Parts: sequence; structure tokens; C-alpha cells
Amino acid sequence: MTKVNMTVNGRAVSAEAEGRTLLSSYLREGLGLTGTHVGCDTSQCGACVVLVDGQPVKSCTAFAADLEGAEVTTVEGMANPDGSLGVIQQAFQDYHGLQCGFCTPGMVMSTAALLAENPKPSEEEVRHYLEGNLCRCTGYQNIVRAVMAASGQDAGALAAE
Amino acid sequence: MHNFEFVKPSTVADAVAVLANAEAQPFAGGQTLIPSMKARLNAPEILVSLTGIAEMNGVRRDGGALVVGATTTHAAVARDAASHFPALAALAGQIGDPAVRTRGTLGGSLANNDPSACYPAAVLGTGATIVTNAREIAADDYFQGMFTTALDEGEIITSVRFPIPEKAAYAKFLQPASRFALTGVFVAKYASGVRVAVTGASEGGVFRWAEAEAALSSGFDADSIGRLSHPSDGMIADLHGTAEYRAHLVRVMTQRAVRAAH
Repeated sequence: MTKVNMTVNGRAVSAEAEGRTLLSSYLREGLGLTGTHVGCDTSQCGACVVLVDGQPVKSCTAFAADLEGAEVTTVEGMANPDGSLGVIQQAFQDYHGLQCGFCTPGMVMSTAALLAENPKPSEEEVRHYLEGNLCRCTGYQNIVRAVMAASGQDAGALAAE
Repeated sequence: MHNFEFVKPSTVADAVAVLANAEAQPFAGGQTLIPSMKARLNAPEILVSLTGIAEMNGVRRDGGALVVGATTTHAAVARDAASHFPALAALAGQIGDPAVRTRGTLGGSLANNDPSACYPAAVLGTGATIVTNAREIAADDYFQGMFTTALDEGEIITSVRFPIPEKAAYAKFLQPASRFALTGVFVAKYASGVRVAVTGASEGGVFRWAEAEAALSSGFDADSIGRLSHPSDGMIADLHGTAEYRAHLVRVMTQRAVRAAH
């Protein structure tokens, strides 16, 4: 076991990690940040997506030790400083962009990555970007609606309806 | 997953020194390796991350070639190769999904040589040169069948030198669950002739389609290969497509790549 240091949600952190410790385990078990969900644990579902140095990463498919010194943002880091929901989180609540909620942390983080790169995506671009995030409730319509709303666009009329 | 010792050298020389140990294995992003380690298909005692080696990372122009460091991620190639070699950037931008592209690398893909991976088509389709810590390997000599390459034990790819074509395109028929190519074709036109490389279709992995290359070299037009058909012998057959279906896709995707080439 060695200490791995990162900056998570703006805070300098340190936790023990073996070679095989995944970033998802480091966050959930090492730091107690259980907002990041592990869905499939086989790199398919995207529930565990977090931002590493601003880019989306499947935290179940990265070793903590490989990310020494990285800046990580998890869903816990998406809230406003006063604890209220951030813009993307609020849009997911307003448009009911979740059913069981298990995929939501990954959806929110992938949305954050998308909007950082493309602040006003089209509906097609949203669907394309979120291809690596699976919602097994099949709640995609409202998820796309929430992303459109979070980007300040009309969430009322989706082409695929 | 079995535990292992994790090391992260900062130079190629240090990485090669650790990899001289037969129990050590290189790690170049892990988007295939980590799932295979979880499934215990792979259990190295020492894992040598190459992601901290600055000299193996980045995209640079070198005259008529584009040199891509082996640990350059798909996302970085999609962004940084776009103005030099748009067909390569477009191919990189279609691999996996955004999170996979953040971590997956060119060198990792080529060392693994999955028969349905996208990058082998670009490397073979351009006649690129694979540069390792020990030597340079021509693409025509590098790919030696499914998951098999010319790399020796402990040898690592450091960069790939792509000769930039006059025109090129990659046409990918997506297998939407795996996000690999059900069949993908990279077509590149040079003054010396046209190269056509096919991935996802053959049990032998990526291959060149000589008949199409000959026809396209005499006339770079999708119609010039309209009457060609590729034999289905040795094509991959699975629940997503029969051997005959993939053989048909070889011609269809080659034509689409020719039409899209710019």
C-alpha cells in the first residue's frame, strides 16, 4: 500500500492504494465519496464517470496510482458552494432526468464534460456524446431534455418524439 | 483482480529496464487491459505505466509525415491531428466513447491488435512506420494476425510515423454495443498509389485489399470498385453478422470511404 495524493473537488486528499486499486474504489472506499456509482464494473455503462483534469474518465477503468497528482471532480463537486444543486443537477431534477437514479452521477459528469467542450450542443450531439452512459430504466428522453435545459436551450421539443 | 506492483517510469530507458523482467507488462491507458485483468485473463506481477513518459506523448508534424507519440490519447489525436491529417483525427474521434478516448492510446491499441480495432486500419492503410525503443517496423510487417504483432517481449512502441496522404477517409460500420468496427475501411491516396486497409472483417485481423487498391490506383472513384467483391473465406462470423455479410461490407465501406475522402 502506498499513499496516493490527488485534488478531489478542489480539496487536496490522500488515501492508501494498492497497485490494483481502481479510481472508483479510491473515491468510494478511500475517501468515502460514494456519489460515484459502480454499475457494470466492465467499462460498459458509464455510471462511474468522473472528470480527471477536466476530461471524462470511467473511474472503474483507471488505477488510482496512475493518477497521482490529478485533479478529479465527482458528482459531489457539482453542487454550488452553499450546498444547493448546481445547474446540471438542478436541470436533471427539473426535467426528471432520472428514474432509479443509479446512472445519474455518470450522466451528470458526462454532461459537464460535454458542456465544457460544447456549451450549446444540438439534441443529436447530446445523444452522441452520451453514448457511453447507459440508463437501464431507458429514461433517455428526459435525460436529453435535462441536458438541453442545463445548456440554456429549449428543452420542450425533442426531435425524437 | 490479482494485485501487482505498479511502477510509473518517466523515461523510455527506465521503462525498458523494468520490462526486461518477464513478469512485467506495459500499461498504456488500460481501456482493454484493465477489463481483461478484472476477468483474470491477464495477471502481471509488475505493471509498468507508460503514461508518464513525456517523450512518448503528443502529435507533431515532420515534413510530409505526422508523428504521433504512442501514449497520445484518442481524444488528443482527434483534436491535435485535425488540421494535419483530418481522416486520422476523425478515426480517433470515433473510437469507443468520450471517456474511453480520454484514456485509450494509439500505442495501446496497436500493441493489442484487436481484429476489430480502428487504429490498425489507419496504420496499415497509410503504410505507417511503427517506431519502438529498438527499431522501426513497417506496417506491412507489423500486423501478424489476431492479437499478434511483430513486437518482441519487452519491446514498446514509442511513436508512429504516418505519411500524410493526398486524400483519405475511414468508413466505419459501427457495432453499437462494443463500439468497435463490425467492418471498417481506411482508404488513402498517395502519388505512388492507393492503399486500402480493412479492420473488423477478417479472422486474421487487419488486411489490405489488393484488388481494390489496384482498381483505385488507376481511377480514384467509388464506381471503379463497384463490380469487385471480396471472398468470404476467413471472414469473422458471429451473431452480429455472417462471413458473407462482412465480405459484402468490405466493398460497401471501401466505396463509402472513397466517396468521403478529401
